[in-house]
Amino acid sequence: MRKGNVHKFGDNIDTDQIYPGRYLDISDHKKIAEHAMEGADPEFAAEVKAGDIIAAGSNFGCGSSREHAVITLKKAGVGAVIAKSFARIFYRNAVNLALPVIQIKDLDFKENEKLEVNLEEAYIKRADGSIIEFTPLPENILEIYKAGGVIPYYKAKHA
Amino acid sequence: MHALWKILAEKSGQENVEAGEIVNAEIDLAEVNDLYLQVIKSFYEMGGKKVWDPDKVTFVFDHYSPTPTIKAAENHKQMREFCDEQNIEKLFDINKGVCHQVMPEAGLVYPGMLLTATDSHTTTHGSFGAFGTGVGATDLATILLEGELWFRVPEVIKINITGSLKKGVMAKDIILHILGELGQDAAVYKAVEFAGPVVDNLEMAERMVLCNMSVEMGAKTSYIKPDQTTREYIDKRVDHDYTVYETDADFEYDETYEFDVSNLEQVTAAPHSIDNVINVKDAGDVKIDQVFIGTCTGGRVNDIKTAAEILKGKKIAKGVRLIVIPASDEVMRESMKKGYIDSLMESGAAISAPGCGPCLGAHQGVIADGETCVSTSSRNFPGRMGSTGAKIYSASPATAAYSALYGKLIGGAE
Ligand code: SF4
Repeated sequence: MRKGNVHKFGDNIDTDQIYPGRYLDISDHKKIAEHAMEGADPEFAAEVKAGDIIAAGSNFGCGSSREHAVITLKKAGVGAVIAKSFARIFYRNAVNLALPVIQIKDLDFKENEKLEVNLEEAYIKRADGSIIEFTPLPENILEIYKAGGVIPYYKAKHA
Repeated sequence: MHALWKILAEKSGQENVEAGEIVNAEIDLAEVNDLYLQVIKSFYEMGGKKVWDPDKVTFVFDHYSPTPTIKAAENHKQMREFCDEQNIEKLFDINKGVCHQVMPEAGLVYPGMLLTATDSHTTTHGSFGAFGTGVGATDLATILLEGELWFRVPEVIKINITGSLKKGVMAKDIILHILGELGQDAAVYKAVEFAGPVVDNLEMAERMVLCNMSVEMGAKTSYIKPDQTTREYIDKRVDHDYTVYETDADFEYDETYEFDVSNLEQVTAAPHSIDNVINVKDAGDVKIDQVFIGTCTGGRVNDIKTAAEILKGKKIAKGVRLIVIPASDEVMRESMKKGYIDSLMESGAAISAPGCGPCLGAHQGVIADGETCVSTSSRNFPGRMGSTGAKIYSASPATAAYSALYGKLIGGAE
């Protein structure tokens, strides 16, 4: 169960807005987190609290295939990203690095709304108690989330 | 279900799948190109010892082939050692060409298969009725370990192409026109199926161009229903059972577009984005420095033939360089047998060894600051072929050849 407040963003948030290209040479994850969403909202990294949720429009994460875009959100404490749709490579990177990404076609969350996300049981609970269900993730993907990403997952399996 | 969904269902052992669902599917072929030594590093990092099935793994050296730098040579060396150690026999070394041409020619691509490669243009193989999709290094390493990978089942967009093509208008013009109309984000994370009478009449090489460039609209994969033309190509080469899946009559496409191409003229994607498409004749007076005919989009026999016929008995314009790089050894040898290579050299072309070459600005004809290139490749963003101060016009092989002839961007005889 992940609880947090909603931060809203629009359509086509590209990886340069999520993590500007000029910081790509940084490899320290803590420092990477300081620039989360900087291109879209320079205050975001300072304001975001552990577990907070990004709710965005369509094509979230389009642009380059940089994994920094996922790392920055994860390390900044983002608990989940909900969007109308995701760019493909961002989506894959997110699963592989265990950042919960949830696709919901019609979403109308409000800024700062409190949400509870249950990835395992595939629903979101809103502050007013209503429930939004989404397509459940298969067991093996949930296992990847539990392990903290594909590398630790397979490492544990094949070591 | 769509035929592509049936492939995913079959490979993941399920009766049904639906859009948005995530499935774990078994891979029929995993290709690693020479940009991705990271695959091998990640494989070991994940605890890998032996690849799951050496017969289903292939390495193709194409982007940096033959090697232009010491770094590239070291990468090739380590990849060769890995193949040796892992008993991977399908290693296509520097004498072969671009992976998306080499794999079908080698008979590795067939309808109903699930093919992944470390390259975005893996959508090309949809032209054979395969589910082909590009993946990153971590994903490919996972496949080497497990033989399977998770996939999100994509929505499918259908593009019907009708009418009849004017003489001199090529598949490249069709797909550029569609890209210009629909834009770069029209098919993000979705599959694109091409259908209709125009597609039915295209030969395999031209169908590959459509599917190849579907990734420029964000497509995850692409599809053309296999028919007699497909069978003629693969039955000569493929030594593997295959299934042609039928899309159910009641399948609901996410979107359906109709394109009547009867009035279509030669088009070009002007700098600096691939959906910035205009008619060649409206591009104004564009002086050019280089023409490049090659790549997994525009370097096949019919492309080289088209160029050779346009330039036959003529010399390219003074001050213009024409670089022709056949997409594969087979393309090169056939083009030599038919006399196209000799004829193009007679016209003033420089011919290089099969591979990607300047397509990604690696070698064999990168361009300088302030220069303009007409290219049959699929990407024209700043810096793609060398200097970020250079301009790239993406166009058909016919337009490329006429442009070399006149020294300016032009789509036909003056
Ligand atoms: S020819 Fe160009 S587009 Fe095709 S695989 Fe090589 S670099 Fe990529």
